[in-house]
Amino acid sequence: MSSARRFQRAALLLGLSFLYLPIVSLVFYSFNASKLVSVWGGFSTRWYGELLHDRAILEAAWLSLRIAAVNATCAVVLGTAAALGLARTPWLGGRALLRGLVGAPLVMPEVIMGLSTLLLFVALESAIGWPAGRGLLTITLAHITFSMAFVTLVVQSRLAGQDHALEDAAMDLGASPLVAFLTVTLPLLAPAVIAGWLLAFTLSLDDLVIASFVSGPGATTLPMLIYSRVRLGLSPEVNALAAVVIGLAMSVIGLAGWLLSRSPGQERGRD
Amino acid sequence: MTRAPGAARRARLLLLPPYLWLLVFFCLPCLIAFKISLAEQLIAQPPYGPLIDFGDAGRMQIRATLEHYRFLLADDLYWRALLGSVRIAGVSALLCLLLGYPMAYAITRAPRVWRLPLLMAVVLPFWTSFLLRVYAWMGLLGRDGLVNQLLQWSGLSDTPLVLLRTEAAVYLGIVYAYLPFMVLPLYANLEKHDRSLLAAAADLGATPLRAFLTVTLPLSLPGISAGLALVFIPALGEFVIPDLLGGPDTLMLGKVLWDEFFGNRAWPLAAAVATAMLLLVAAAVAVRACVERMLRPS
Repeated sequence: MSSARRFQRAALLLGLSFLYLPIVSLVFYSFNASKLVSVWGGFSTRWYGELLHDRAILEAAWLSLRIAAVNATCAVVLGTAAALGLARTPWLGGRALLRGLVGAPLVMPEVIMGLSTLLLFVALESAIGWPAGRGLLTITLAHITFSMAFVTLVVQSRLAGQDHALEDAAMDLGASPLVAFLTVTLPLLAPAVIAGWLLAFTLSLDDLVIASFVSGPGATTLPMLIYSRVRLGLSPEVNALAAVVIGLAMSVIGLAGWLLSRSPGQERGRD
Repeated sequence: MTRAPGAARRARLLLLPPYLWLLVFFCLPCLIAFKISLAEQLIAQPPYGPLIDFGDAGRMQIRATLEHYRFLLADDLYWRALLGSVRIAGVSALLCLLLGYPMAYAITRAPRVWRLPLLMAVVLPFWTSFLLRVYAWMGLLGRDGLVNQLLQWSGLSDTPLVLLRTEAAVYLGIVYAYLPFMVLPLYANLEKHDRSLLAAAADLGATPLRAFLTVTLPLSLPGISAGLALVFIPALGEFVIPDLLGGPDTLMLGKVLWDEFFGNRAWPLAAAVATAMLLLVAAAVAVRACVERMLRPS
């Protein structure tokens, strides 16, 4: 039995080092003074300095952040509405159909989502003149479609541990549906809504494939810029950027995990 | 519990915006992509022709063509890309299972306070940039990357090996990127197992290995199938990993579609590849649904 346990421990340790070794190496080599990324040339923060003066990277990062924030906000509204509606509608046929529809973007390959959404924008532009040109707007619209599916998933799992009794009680006591929603349902859902927002934000910030298809001249998101720089080889500046991005992502997700684990609804739902 | 009649109407109102959004930005694009896969390739902006044309005499002409599909079927590049996608996604899913199963099992056997942190540790890398994590492997697998340095230092190899831009690097990248998708469903399944079954098997004289093979493994089949599907299905359409880590002979549908679109500006052909890929993914989802139904305890 103890040899089996030792094997499990070894597998877990091996698996976790496999998951973290590349991340650690990225951060480690970002402090490399040498221009050759994988040849150690002494400690330096030179590449972080260059990063701060690289206009292309800063502009791409700003564009990506704006898209991610608008995307996350819209996706949260649509995704929460979908999750609430799905949980409450008595209309079974509609529920099955929408559940399939919401789930489809989750399994759809990104290249297909990117290509077909681009073809939609081209067709729309020639038919009704909107959206004129491609860039920030088209990337945001395309991101909302898949982000919304993920938000629905997160909010649905939270709703599963909740019943409508509290909201009904509020309305029995004379609250209008809107007041009941704002004062009862939304505060209970808040952790899932915040986690969904962060998730949608991260997904959008990370997307290369869909943005590459639906973007136009002049709109280069951060992943598109990183991709164009690393396609042909390593870049020390990208390593520094990676260290910054990883640090931010880990803290944001850590925050989301903390928020979700603090949620009272989940403790109640668990038995 | 009875609900007010207004509740049903409100639920429908809630469903309307996401419904419309998905119809316009998800269903409609798929139909348009299919339509364009039937259009003629033109040297124009956009590079495809209309399906319905009103000629000089005002006569309606239908210009749909199956040419692109015929081309896909006749050229063995696309068949190799299809087989490549299925093979690479399949082998990677099995490799994920081999590594992920012991990990998930070890987490369920860890002390209770450790389980959630360990699970978080498995999931956390997934939330950091996918592109940058794949890029990290370009550094590790390169000619003078860490892996080659280790191989030479340990004496396993005298000269640096070509590791990057090979199919093996693609397997490695996919296993790396999708491992959390394997560990999570396996953990969710293994955590629910009744330990007394193993004790009973031991009491009846089964060795731990035999108890594992006859009790734990069959009970974890739903977790295994969920994990395999969660790795296999997204890996089928993967573009970034074969593009950055794979060699020129690593063919996968996602990369072929990208190259047709961006490299050759062959929009109708790329749309035909997308349609073929969609059928492949739909088949995989259908198989998964069948397997799930078979495994559900009746």
